[in-house]
Order: sequence, then C-alpha cells, then structure tokens
Amino acid sequence: MTSTSSNSGSMRVNRGLAEMLKGGVIMDVVTPGQAKIAEDAGACAVMALERVPADIRRDGGVARMSDIEMIEGIQASVSIPVMAKVRIGHFVEAQILQSLGVDFIDESEVLTPADEAHHIDKFNFTVPFVCGATNLGEALRRISEGACMIRSKGEAGTGNIVEAVRHLRSIIGDIRRITQADSAELFDWAKKLQAPLPLVQEVAELGWLPVPMFCAGGIATPADAALAMQLGAEAVFVGSGIFKSDEPAPRARAIVEATTHFRDASILVKVSRGLGAPMTGIGMDEINQRYAERGW
Amino acid sequence: MPIVGVLALQGAFHAHARALKQLNVEVREVRLPHDLDGLDGIVMPGGESTTMSQLLLSSGVFDVLTQRIADGLLTMGTCAGLILLAERVLDARPDQVSCSVLDVTVRRNGYGRQINSFETDIAVTGLETPFTAVFIRAPIIEEVGSGVEILAVHNGVPVAVASQNILAASFHPELTSDVRFHELFLHMISSASTVR
Repeated sequence: MTSTSSNSGSMRVNRGLAEMLKGGVIMDVVTPGQAKIAEDAGACAVMALERVPADIRRDGGVARMSDIEMIEGIQASVSIPVMAKVRIGHFVEAQILQSLGVDFIDESEVLTPADEAHHIDKFNFTVPFVCGATNLGEALRRISEGACMIRSKGEAGTGNIVEAVRHLRSIIGDIRRITQADSAELFDWAKKLQAPLPLVQEVAELGWLPVPMFCAGGIATPADAALAMQLGAEAVFVGSGIFKSDEPAPRARAIVEATTHFRDASILVKVSRGLGAPMTGIGMDEINQRYAERGW
Repeated sequence: MPIVGVLALQGAFHAHARALKQLNVEVREVRLPHDLDGLDGIVMPGGESTTMSQLLLSSGVFDVLTQRIADGLLTMGTCAGLILLAERVLDARPDQVSCSVLDVTVRRNGYGRQINSFETDIAVTGLETPFTAVFIRAPIIEEVGSGVEILAVHNGVPVAVASQNILAASFHPELTSDVRFHELFLHMISSASTVR
C-alpha cells in the first residue's frame, strides 16, 4: 500500500511527526501495563525504557537500551507512537530499534554513553531522532547531525524543575538575542556556539529552532508542565514524575490537562487537586552524577 | 476578514495557524467552548486522536463543536482531525469519541508506523498543479459515502474528501509552504458567506 513511499524518512516526514506531538505529554514507561495507563491518561506518545531515571540514579550500573521483548510488548499494548532510548553514540542500538519499528528514537544522556566523542549520525536512519540539549549550541549540533526534535535536558530522575528551567531559558534567550544580531554578528555567534553557520542564520531568520523543542527532565506536577510550556517549550516529556508518584493515573491525566491549558490558572487549580503526593525529588547539591553533562 | 478557529488541544495547530495567517485570516486557538463563538470556520489538526478525544470531552468543547458542525460550521480536518470527523472509525480506542459528521470509514494508523510515513505528489481537484502530500502515521479512508466527493486519490485510495461543509484529508497540507489546500477551505468559507 505504501509501495511509492520513496520519501519515507525525509526531513519533512520526520520533523512532521515531532510537529504532531506538540502540546502533548510523552510519558516514560517500563512495562506494557504502564504504557496502557499512559495512553488511558491521554499521553500523545510513550517512551519505552529499562528503568525510569530515578531508579537508574538509585541503582547505578550501566543503563542500556530497553529489553526488546519489553518494547514489543509496549508496541502491542498501545496505539499511540512508541519511542525508545538508545545510548549516546550507540548506533547499533538505534539500528535495532529502527528494525523493531519504533516511531522515534531518543539518543539519551539518561543512559550510559557508548561513545565519548561522537553522537549518532542520524542521517543514516529512516526513523526520526530526538536529542537533549542544555544550550543553543548543543541543540544546533544535534540538529546538524539530523535530530528532528530537541528536548531541553533538565536533570532526569530528580523531580526538580530547576535545571529544565535553566536550559529552556538559555536556549530561548540565545534565540532571542540572535534574532537581534546583524549578519556580521552571526559569524561570531556560530563560533561562540560551536554550531554550523547556516543553522545559526536559519535560527536568526525563523526566530526559533528549525525543529520543535520540547522540555524534559524534572517535571513532577501539573504546574511544572505549565511552567515549561509558558517558558516556550512546545510539549513535555515526563519521566519518573508519573510512575514514582503516589497515584500515577490521575497525576498523568492532570499533567495532560495542564499541558493543554497551560495559561489558564483556573483549570490548573482544578486539575492539581487531590493528586496525592508527587515524587519526593532531590536537590541539585544532593546528586553526584549530572546526566545533563553527558553529550558534547 | 474571516475568523477561523484552530482546535488547539494537542497536535499541529501552530502549523495550521501559520498557513492561515499567510492567507490573511484572523486565527483563534480553540481550547474551551466559548472560543467557538463567532467563528466562520474551524480547523481540526493532526496529532493524537486519542489525546484530543479525551481533551475534547474534559474541556466541554466536544458537544458544542459537534452541534456547530452539524449546523453547518465550515470545517477542515487533517489526519487525526479527519478521524475526529468520521462517522465510522476502525482500530480506535473503545472510549474514543468522534463528531461523526462525515460519511466515511477510516482506519486509525492505516498506513502503519512512522517508518511507513511518506510524502508524495498528488493531483487534487481544484488545484492546477500537483500538491505535495505528507502522510504521517496516517489514517486510511476505507469507505466514502454517496454524499461525499473524493478530491484526491493515492494508489487507488481516497486521501482528500469534501462534503457540503467539510474538507478533510488523511495527509498534512500544513507541513509544506504550499497553502493552496488551505485556500480551498477559505473558498468554501467565502462562497458560504456570499450565499448567506
């Protein structure tokens, strides 16, 4: 039926899927049961992974791509897009996920990096990729490697929004400054950001990244999701914040509502009631491994 | 200047708004029932139909919107938007709602997963040259009722259809810089207001 689909995997087709996820919530899940809860709650996609970031942080060890049978189980249990994570630079894990028919691959700093110098050449794949970024230069380097979506990294598994806010403000603040720069200054911006000049020029013209930018890392409450959206994120990823809370299903649903109605405080009040305790969370001075520092 | 609403609960509503603004239309994001007041037309964008279904119900938009479309509000639906308009939806979640105002049968994700998503040039009735149609985890139109006109076909399958007040496509006209498909919708709006 799609025999003429010679343009599968084109930039437009892959950035297009990112466009479809805007205004939505992508939820981390580790079992088909959790995936079902996420879909029931209105998630626009699920992210399959081995352990949620809070558990990776607690248990230590090497965090890898999720178990294949678990991913297949999740694909069979929901009808929404299924994403999955690979280690930074681990292009073979990505080849496996593409072959499984995963809809989006997250080359993620939450997993233990496989390469300390190189990210995956994402142009070698048909499936779209999302990558994390802490600043505009990092975002543009990932886009230059073929990423179709950027997510601010935040600090996964902490339930603490502070790093996500820092990264969003850094990326969006620099975009704003670049739109004010004259053409000669853009050369200097490219040098400072360590990013390709044509991408810097494109950002100056668009006033935005050429791909959608979502927020990840530390969202634990409906208010956190609305904060990310008001700061300029176009959708949110929620990891440990849902399944490490007291009552995952109602919290997931409330975060979906808050992401849609992010400017409407009366709706935020309504959906924030009676959710039980959020995940406990940790302060930045209490952690010894910052995942956001992984990736280059 | 006509006022066109874009359902902004979830999905590609910014891309539709950008296309409409290029055509000198006043655009309003619709998240709550009162946002529907005074609209000349509404666009139901692509995105996740299950997510939108749930948000349509919780926001109270669903009942009002369904009534307005049944009363003749000019409506354009793309991808998930088509699913939300269709009378018959296959492979839907059991709790998923549809406005059920367009006499077609669609199958959710009928074209498969993202690795099967594609773009291709197609002929569209009313457009002089081919239009680049982008299909993303698209629903497939399996049956078209007698009162529904087929505007475009790909590999023998209808991909764009129109009824009296509805224009719908399984692809995404908002993902290219070509605004001619949106123009077709605006023609429907302007000819309706002339009649009125």
